[in-house]
Amino acid sequence: MAGHASKEIDSNTLWGGKISPFSTSYGKLMMWFFLVSDALTFSGLLVAYGFTRHACLDAWPIGEETFNSMPFLGHGYPLLYVALMTFILIVSSVTMVLAVEAGHRMDRKGVTKWLIATIIGGFFFVGSQAWEWSHFIHGSEFGKVELTDGSQAIVKGHFGEIENFKVLEAGKHHKKGDVITEDLLHEFHHAVVAGNVENGIITLHDGSKAKVNKKADHGMSLVIKKDGGTHKVGDVIPESKACDMYYEAVNSGTPSRVIYGANLEQNEYGPQQYGQFFFFITGFHGFHVFSGVIINIIILMGVISGTYHKRGHYEMIEKTGLYWHFVDLVWVFVFTFFYLV
Amino acid sequence: MERDDIIEYSLDVHHSEEHGKLLRKKIWKVTALLTAITALEVILGSQIKQSSDYWQVIKWLFIGLTLIKAAYIVLIFMHLGDEKKTLKYMVLVPYFIFISYLIYIIIVEALAVSDAWTQNAV
Repeated sequence: MAGHASKEIDSNTLWGGKISPFSTSYGKLMMWFFLVSDALTFSGLLVAYGFTRHACLDAWPIGEETFNSMPFLGHGYPLLYVALMTFILIVSSVTMVLAVEAGHRMDRKGVTKWLIATIIGGFFFVGSQAWEWSHFIHGSEFGKVELTDGSQAIVKGHFGEIENFKVLEAGKHHKKGDVITEDLLHEFHHAVVAGNVENGIITLHDGSKAKVNKKADHGMSLVIKKDGGTHKVGDVIPESKACDMYYEAVNSGTPSRVIYGANLEQNEYGPQQYGQFFFFITGFHGFHVFSGVIINIIILMGVISGTYHKRGHYEMIEKTGLYWHFVDLVWVFVFTFFYLV
Repeated sequence: MERDDIIEYSLDVHHSEEHGKLLRKKIWKVTALLTAITALEVILGSQIKQSSDYWQVIKWLFIGLTLIKAAYIVLIFMHLGDEKKTLKYMVLVPYFIFISYLIYIIIVEALAVSDAWTQNAV
């Protein structure tokens, strides 16, 4: 197998023509073959995404509007977190190249140092992707609203903060007159989806009823994403009517007039396939990053124990480096076609 | 027993510390280039909205820049540019032929489907 000179096989059995094809080792060639096949798999997924998107052009969400949050900082930072993730992955690719270069000089300490940096970068990326998923699943403050004519719209504008709930009717945990100040948005969202908000009165989990005291929203507008009886995809409903139409749905008492976030069936951002492609493509890619990190850790253990140094070359680092660069390459394309364009 | 008939290509790539310095400089230069391109893409992406007149230009610029980034990663980071020409072509040419054709077919179909759906929509 690749890596070190074999003492058992004679050269006529190994390579009939005396030299190996392309003057490269078996292992490296096979890694390239694997990478081409995996590249075709990802390309197939991205092309399928392209097809679905072009078939639903007007209803498809705009990348910089869906992804505009930073951890701990809230929203208003279009595409910044995804750009940071791209930067982290590119830098981890660079540390990998540096590890390979150190291997070519038989510099064991250098290889160890750069390989550890690559592994850390990889973990940061997977962690960031996990945060992105969690944020996507959780959803925005407004969610997506179904209007009276059956059309669906996303909401733009600034959500006025909920100040408190004032309990009007007692339930199992709250007495009349209690003022609740914790977990407000969370309870509000749950209640809206369940149809438990009517005329500004929310029915809480314990059965008590409370008045919602909320600051006014401003700059609201609705953008239609699914055709209904009167409104068509692409229509924009201005502030004058948007607020009333949105709160009509919120206060209707009918469940699921407003939905938040994403689940296996629907998402608040656009057509069903949007969520499905998001989870599948980024998930499949994230799985590749994760497996790459595990492989890097295993190889790191080999470097530390001196296996490759004894062998006389660090070609194994080069081969895992190829896999790691491939993972970065796929991300560059996913970033462009999913988030940017 | 020493084998004298096996060519250990893995050992051919070893280089000295001085040569290593030059290589590292090149690696950092390419890193700076990739970072700059990504930064440009993000700034343009967040400033120029999809509704603007320039969107088509920007969109194709993104795709072009991404292909440039990909070329640098494959040829320099993955060392495909240093391999034998035949290997380079063997990896890249079939891939590009397949993918270009696939993209063309898919976009044509998707636009046809989109037209059909919007015409049939009530």
